[in-house]
Formats: sequence, structure tokens, C-alpha cells
Amino acid sequence: MNTKSTTAMPDEKLKKAPPEASEANKEFTPLLQKLVTYSKLKISKPSIKIGEFYGAPGAGDSRIISVVSTLMFIAIWAFVTEMGFIDALFLPSPVDVLQKFLDIASNGFAGATLIEHLYASLTRIFGAFFFACLIGIPLGILIGCSYILRGIFDPLIEFYRPLPPLAYLPLIIIWLGIDESSKLTLIFLAMLAPIILSARAGVTSVRIEQIQVAYSMGASRWQVITQVISKGALPDILTGMRIAIGFGWTTLVAAEMVAAQQGIGFMVLNASEFLRTDVVIAGIIVIGVIAYCFDLFMRYLERKLVPWKGHN
Amino acid sequence: MNTLDIRDVSVIYPASQGGEAVTALSEINLTIEQGDLVVALGASGCGKTTLLSLIAGFIAPTKGYLTLGDSSIKGYPRIACGLDLGDEVIGPSADRGVVFQKHALLPWLDVIENTEFGLKLQGVGKQERRKKAAEYLKLVGLEDFHHHRVYQLSGGMQQRVGIARALTNNPEMLLLDEPLGALDALTRESLQELLLDVWQETNKMMFFITHSVDEALLLATRLIVMSPRPGRITHQFDLNFNKEFLACRDARKVKSSQEFISTREKILAIIHGDEADH
Repeated sequence: MNTKSTTAMPDEKLKKAPPEASEANKEFTPLLQKLVTYSKLKISKPSIKIGEFYGAPGAGDSRIISVVSTLMFIAIWAFVTEMGFIDALFLPSPVDVLQKFLDIASNGFAGATLIEHLYASLTRIFGAFFFACLIGIPLGILIGCSYILRGIFDPLIEFYRPLPPLAYLPLIIIWLGIDESSKLTLIFLAMLAPIILSARAGVTSVRIEQIQVAYSMGASRWQVITQVISKGALPDILTGMRIAIGFGWTTLVAAEMVAAQQGIGFMVLNASEFLRTDVVIAGIIVIGVIAYCFDLFMRYLERKLVPWKGHN
Repeated sequence: MNTLDIRDVSVIYPASQGGEAVTALSEINLTIEQGDLVVALGASGCGKTTLLSLIAGFIAPTKGYLTLGDSSIKGYPRIACGLDLGDEVIGPSADRGVVFQKHALLPWLDVIENTEFGLKLQGVGKQERRKKAAEYLKLVGLEDFHHHRVYQLSGGMQQRVGIARALTNNPEMLLLDEPLGALDALTRESLQELLLDVWQETNKMMFFITHSVDEALLLATRLIVMSPRPGRITHQFDLNFNKEFLACRDARKVKSSQEFISTREKILAIIHGDEADH
């Protein structure tokens, strides 16, 4: 059999099955032979589809595989819990979690419904995200463009960036109290650093020729910053925004540890104190799904806003 | 009529990290007048690009001075630290257009937006700048590509956009740093002809860098041969092949003439002599 050959269309390949192959498999029934040929073609690697290049790492559509692997994961989870291998206190079954989820959605948990918890958390995250972008993007670009600003802000940013938000949380509470502003500030600070750094990296990724040509067409320094550098930095900025939102979710639970009445992070923390594992898992899944959806949205935005990414 | 005057210019890069100071250019004297098409030729590292950057105003000379008309090119912008330094001191500006070897187009703009970008920077109204840009895109043969994404064009087309963009800005002088170096032979010849047409029609000053002796001989009214370590101008030739070419439009005929061949041999001997020295 010709296992080395690669094609996107097994049917076509079947018609062209090499003569020695059919010779060797004479004893097989035609159907079996077809199956064998088909499976060998399917597993032959690497398979190139029309319009793709041979040898491009990771080429191909992975969506179906993702769906299958996710379902498999849930199936294994259901199997080990429903069969009683694991105590429900440690890991409740997916059905229980789903039921709990519906229960929280309609009846609420810890004094608020799921929607109210979500609303509180999303307001915090996206509020902080908005301010982090508003300040971080221009600041990052200006730091990238000016050695004076870089000199001023570099030590500050590099000092606070690696600090875990939990370490400076007490300080923020002492300064700002325990209401919303301290929660927003904590998430804001966690998001600010990656946004500034990505904008700054974006500035350096703009080719010097693009800048020089702009000057040679009469651009002022300000025009170069606003019309060349800012736009050239956009792909990196969008990546930074994606990373920042991830940091935001990580910091959310810490922010809602203190004096929160609502919030998805607060809900999970509260549930863990009462060993409500089903609520904890439902909360985690909600956070994960929302974060994933937002990331898909950011990727869509990336395709729309910076279609030239990778082509520069 | 403006004249570009380069007088006793040296560029010395300061020593860095234990290295020695590098003399990139030494005692350059060059005058470029209206209608001159000066081509710089030489081995790698002879300072051709440094010379172009000086003229463009991207870097400042260590010694000597450059003047364009009444202005002195000093390698910093006219407006620095909020102070308008006036017309006497200029860095890069719209009177000297630049085309690089690898196009420096802006990928977030389409073809015509790239072409009109300079006029947009100068605050020219949209209709007027569109009209100008369309004119020059037609000149370079891209009238059907106004709204194509620049990163989807072939290398030759990208370079055409780069040239159209520089011309749309109507500079007094065009600085071309190996603009055709990355193109295939056919595209290269058609763009050489295009550049000569533009030069003949507009009578602009041009400063053109190339590695190709044939290209240099075909295009130049004046050919300067440069030599490395330190970068300097060793020979100058006044040439006439471009007018011959514009008269007959047959590059092969011009290139097969006895005079062309003997000049090429002479120049090749100079360049190879340089390489043998090092």
C-alpha cells in the first residue's frame, strides 16, 4: 500500500490505488480493502490539505478534536463519579454540578443570584480593564518613544510587576478601604503592567524604515507617534490586552476575598468554606467559560483589526 | 534651483563595548544639482547607506557640513523640544523622499492610502491627495490596485507603491537605497525604465544606491565608486548611457555597446581591487 502518499481526498486516491497494492490484497473483500486503504490514508502523516504548505508546524483544523476531547473529559469525569470511585465531597458528578448551577442561577447562593454575582465581577474586571487600557496603552507607547519617560517609569513598573497582588492587597485596603475602589484598583494594577509592557514592545517592533520614510514625507514627531508607531504597535497591544484579561481573572478572587457581598470569586470562596464542592466547581466553570469566550472575542478582534499580523 | 552640497563630511561612530571607533565615511565631497542622477556603487560596508542617511537627515555628520539650498542638513527635526529651529537647520523632511530596498509601506493602509500618506501628513484635503496619488499609481502601472492590501502584493508591486508614494509627495530630491535589489530581472528592468522616465520628466535630483554595475551604468549621469574602511569616494565618472537608453529604449543594445562594456570592465577592476585589498 502506498502509505506515504498524502491527500485530502481519499476517494480520489482510491481510484488511483497503485497496481501492486491491489495485487497484494486480492484475498480481501472489496469493502474490507476499501476500509484498509481508507484508514491507512487517514493515518498517513503528514497530510496536506489543498492550499496548505507541506511542513508548516501545527497546520490543520483542530476544532473537531477539541470538541471530542472536551466531551471525553466530561465522560471520564461522569464515569468516575457516577460509579462512586470518588467521594462527592471531593468531586461531585457533572450532573450534580449542572443541577447546582441551575439552582444557583434561579435561587442564588450566599445572598445573591448567579447573575448578580457575575454582574458584580464583570463590572470589576471590565471596569479595571477599561482604565488599564486607557492609561496603559498610551503610557506604554510614550515610554517606548521617550528615554526620559522610560527612565522615570521603568524602575517603578519593573518593581511592582512581579509582586503578587495578594502581597500589596493589605496596603491597598489600608489606603482605599474595603469598598469597590480597592477591588478595582487591585485588578487594575494587575492588568496595567502587561498592557504597558506590550505597548512598549510594540513600539520597538515598528521597523525603523517605516519611521524614517514617514519623517521623509514631512511627518512631525507627534504624527510619527500617532500615525505610524501606535498603529504598528497594535498587534502587540492586542496580545497584551489578552494577557491582561487573564491576569484580571486571576486577581479577581483575591480582590473579592475581603468584604465582598457579591461576585463570582466571592461565591467560590464562600462555597469552599462550607465545603460546597459543587458550587466551587460550577463557579470555576462559569469563570472559565466567560474568560474563554472573551478570549475568542479578542482573537476575532485581532483578525479584524490587524489582518496584517505576521505579514509585515 | 536648489543644489545639494556635501563638504568634507566624515561620520565616525564612537567606540562601543570595547570595540574601536569606526570611520564610516571619510572626507566626502559631493555636489548634486538639479537633474543629476547620481549612482553610488561599491562593496558592502563602503558607507553608501550612511551617505544616503546623511542626505536624508537621519544621521548627523561628525565633521563637515551638508547644505540643500540655504538649509543645513543636521540630522535632527526642524521642531525639537518644542522649539522651531527654522528653515536653516533641517533633519529629514518632505523635500527629500526616500525609497528603501525592502518596502517600508504601512500594512494597515491600502495601496492608495499608503501613496497619499505624505500629503495626508501635510494636511492636504482628501480629494486632492486622492487625485495626486491616483495619478502616480497610474504612472507606476498600479491603477487597478487602489484598494489592495499592501502585504498581499508581490515584491515588485510593493516597490512600485513605494516609488509612487515618494513621487506623490513631490520631493526635490529622491533618495533610493537599492530600491530594485530584491526584485527579479524583468521587474527590475521595467522599474529602471520607469525611474528614468520619471527622472527625465521631472528633472529631479536623484541619489541611487546599487550593487549592480550594469544598473549603475545604465541609470547614472554621474557614477561615484566608493571604497570601504574608511568609506570614501575613490572614483567619479560622468556617464551618458541613460540618455542613449531613453533615446532607443533598448537596454540590451546600450549594454552591448563597446563603450558600455569597457566602462563596466574598468569599474569591475576597481571594485575587485578593493576586495583583493581586504
